[in-house]
Amino acid sequence: MANTQTVSFTLNGKGVAATVEPRELLIHTLRERLAHTGPHIGCETSHCGACTVDIDGMSVKSCTVLTVQCEGAQMLTVEGLEQGGVLHAIQQAFHEEHGLQCGYCTPGMLTRAYRLLKENPNPSEEEIRYGLAGNLCRCTGYQNIVKAVQSAAAKLAAAPKAAA
Amino acid sequence: MGDLSELQEREQKLQGMGTSMLRKEDARFIRGQGSYVDDIKLPGMLFGALVRSPYAHARIRSIDKSLALAVPGVVAVLTADDLKPVNLHWMPTLGGDVQAVLADKKVCFQLQEVAMVLATDRYAAADGAALVEVDYEELPAIVDPKQSMAADAPVIREDIADKKEVGHGPRTHPNHIFTWEAGDKAAADAAFASAPVTVREEILNPRVHPCPLETCGCVASFNKATGYLTVYMTTQAPHIVRTVLAMLSGIAESKIRVVGGDIGGGFGNKVPVYPGYVVAIVASIVTGVPVKWIESRIDNISTTGFARDYHCVGELAADTDGRIKGLRFTALADHGAFNSHVSATKLPAGLFSICTGSYAIPNAYCRVDAVYTNKAPGGVAYRCSLRVTEAIYLIERMMDVLARKLNMDPAEVRRRNFVQAEQFPYQTSLGWTLDSGAYDAALDKVLKAVDYEGLRREQAQRRADPDATSLMGIGLSTFTEIVGAGPTKVCDILGIGLFDSCEIRVHPTGGVIARLGTMTQGQGHSTTYAQIIATELGLPASDIVVEEGDTDKAPYGAGTWGSRSTPVSGAATATAARKIKDKAKKIAAHLLEVAEGDLEWEIDRFKVRGNPAQAKTMKEICMVAHTGNLPDGMEQGLNAVSYYDPPNLTFPFGAYVCVVDIDKFTGEVKVRRFYALDDCGTRINPMIIEGQIHGGLTEAFAVAMGQQIPFDENGNHLGNSLMDYFLPTTVETPHWETDHTVTPCPHHPLGAKGVAESPHVGGIPCLSNAVIDAFAHLGVTHMDMPHSAWRVWTKCHELGLDKH
Repeated sequence: MANTQTVSFTLNGKGVAATVEPRELLIHTLRERLAHTGPHIGCETSHCGACTVDIDGMSVKSCTVLTVQCEGAQMLTVEGLEQGGVLHAIQQAFHEEHGLQCGYCTPGMLTRAYRLLKENPNPSEEEIRYGLAGNLCRCTGYQNIVKAVQSAAAKLAAAPKAAA
Repeated sequence: MGDLSELQEREQKLQGMGTSMLRKEDARFIRGQGSYVDDIKLPGMLFGALVRSPYAHARIRSIDKSLALAVPGVVAVLTADDLKPVNLHWMPTLGGDVQAVLADKKVCFQLQEVAMVLATDRYAAADGAALVEVDYEELPAIVDPKQSMAADAPVIREDIADKKEVGHGPRTHPNHIFTWEAGDKAAADAAFASAPVTVREEILNPRVHPCPLETCGCVASFNKATGYLTVYMTTQAPHIVRTVLAMLSGIAESKIRVVGGDIGGGFGNKVPVYPGYVVAIVASIVTGVPVKWIESRIDNISTTGFARDYHCVGELAADTDGRIKGLRFTALADHGAFNSHVSATKLPAGLFSICTGSYAIPNAYCRVDAVYTNKAPGGVAYRCSLRVTEAIYLIERMMDVLARKLNMDPAEVRRRNFVQAEQFPYQTSLGWTLDSGAYDAALDKVLKAVDYEGLRREQAQRRADPDATSLMGIGLSTFTEIVGAGPTKVCDILGIGLFDSCEIRVHPTGGVIARLGTMTQGQGHSTTYAQIIATELGLPASDIVVEEGDTDKAPYGAGTWGSRSTPVSGAATATAARKIKDKAKKIAAHLLEVAEGDLEWEIDRFKVRGNPAQAKTMKEICMVAHTGNLPDGMEQGLNAVSYYDPPNLTFPFGAYVCVVDIDKFTGEVKVRRFYALDDCGTRINPMIIEGQIHGGLTEAFAVAMGQQIPFDENGNHLGNSLMDYFLPTTVETPHWETDHTVTPCPHHPLGAKGVAESPHVGGIPCLSNAVIDAFAHLGVTHMDMPHSAWRVWTKCHELGLDKH
């Protein structure tokens, strides 16, 4: 217990620090120490993606990352998608296309879709389906999630500066 | 008054019934601001971790807590002996049985709850749980329900071994739970004796799990000073849970508050009361601080709320034209170690007797024998009303089996046996009154949409082609569901009728709060109920707030499961709104100085017949209702509450077609097309309905193509993480085509029937029928689910189809 380390990283644009045991998982640090309960725990085995966050430009399942691995990281969670009171295009699209039901997978799904559209701004349906395959949803059957990502891609393409 | 565009504008402003209003609940979820149970953190809160049995059947010789108690942060370790003083080591189940809260002297299934370690954080709790030393004496386990009632079978439940019954009639063996039957056996037997054509098939509905993305959990907080217990929990039925907790704990029901909060999917998994909740509550009572217990995914799949495990035999008797004369369906039901499924007192096998489906079958008999095994307890209804998936799977599969026997097209056999539109309301031979339907029209529309005849021609060509590397299958399902439990005369849980409720309060400026006894888990209740009220009261849905799940606030109701929210609470909502509207009309008449009979309703106002300039809008009336300017003797306010006891269940139906291509060399099944027509009566929010159908079809796909909880012969789980248990991803999930017809329910105030479970119930047999149809020309009449590539390849290999 005494064996703790202080880890500092940037979370949604703000510097944060947490003092944790080496074994502490990032998802627990985010949720229980840093009051970011957007990322959820669905499986603890990195299958479901409910805990997905963005670390240094990559989608990462925070249930299988140790917090001590995140020293100096640039981290984005669902809470950081909205900027200056304006929803990100992907958030707006999930709402407009009915891409969510119970909402439990949504934070991970949005964070993953955000990165997918950075990686591939104009994905085909097949590429969207492949790109989101690490995020499980039990409610929607994915069809409207795919539509939402397509819709967000179109909006971002139409207004690249505004929604960057 | 009002030209068309002005009327339309007023109507659109309401966003009432029939419009695809975007969901009100999305705002918090897309920002990561949902409030699920694991998000709740109370001062001084302890974490509870359960110690679980590695054996499926064993005696507990001793439990040593000392090492666990030495772990820094561990506060206490609770076992059955610690719960005995408060008499909470056993609890009654919603199925009429009792269940061990913590194992009392023996364990009866693998991963059964044995002890709870309480610690200051979840890591310390897990450390402690790993160090609780339990000495077990392993006993032989029963895994196959067909062995449960053997003469020499080990007795699983010694605690009730000498009981003549456990809630549902006489028992004939210590491992027997109940036998339930419906229909006229003699008449059915006579129909079989005289019929020229009979078919029989053994059909398994394997053990599966609803597996919502959020597992089960709770935060229990008992205040010793006030004696007040608050439980935040994952529950689809908060009011029923509160009642159960009052019965269990002896705490006055008025001092128990159950809060549902946001629920990360339920699908039946979150209806029962599980040991984890009860231990957390006892732990809070004992320690005086809040206690959180959250399931792991493995615990969830292994121990709470499995579904199905029905080992069925289907038999149909028909004449040579394919007209069915008799039906005999039986099921051996594996209920696991405790009968803890949620069943109405009078319906231990749920609504299994809907198994005549959409067909006019004059003589029918069904029987279910339920037994104990050394597996987890439960038997919840996974996205259906209890045992409806099992029943409809059986009849829809058997219709295909009969069609093969007669060498007739499966669509034609269905048509020849449909209950005809003019026969509604139709009394089935197993006692249900189907409310309304138009089965022929639905099937015709679907067959036309997919060019069914063209598909059959293509299939014939494929079968004739010796070089074809794939098989083509076409599956049909023309199901009737039974939802909306239900009329209190037939449906109750623990004696409480399955009515539901809505309380509406209208504020002076026209804002509305509605509180209901149901509990959304993603179905969009905040939007749908608001739209009902918007249309009924002429006030905009955007200003109508819907609140559920907090038992201190909402009126009593049985919760959300069995597609009952719209059929029961939706009706209560309309009824409560109409009470308010009646009062508003009296106020309008008073203000306009006319008789009530001189008023007519138009979108959002009462106007004087023949003098349309004279009108009072609901908004104006809302304010007046809070002043002294009211008719003589009338009280202020515009509030109402309704408790709705439905006169009948509702019977949504659908016609589905599925086309699959199967690789002969790998057994992989590709769903080329799935066309689903659903008729749920009046449609309140088409967007939400479509979303529910997509989700239900995807869960049907999961069950048909991959889900199963397997065990070895010792009762060990062979697949209880998401590594093994199939949840379809975006890649596997097919594209769904949806369609609808509208046949309103005649006994529901809005004509609505409920929808979210139909695609699951109707989708599973459709997928199975498609896969099996691909092999039909080779004499195959049935293959059990799940149709995984390995199992399908095995069939290809058996038939020599994978030879080059």
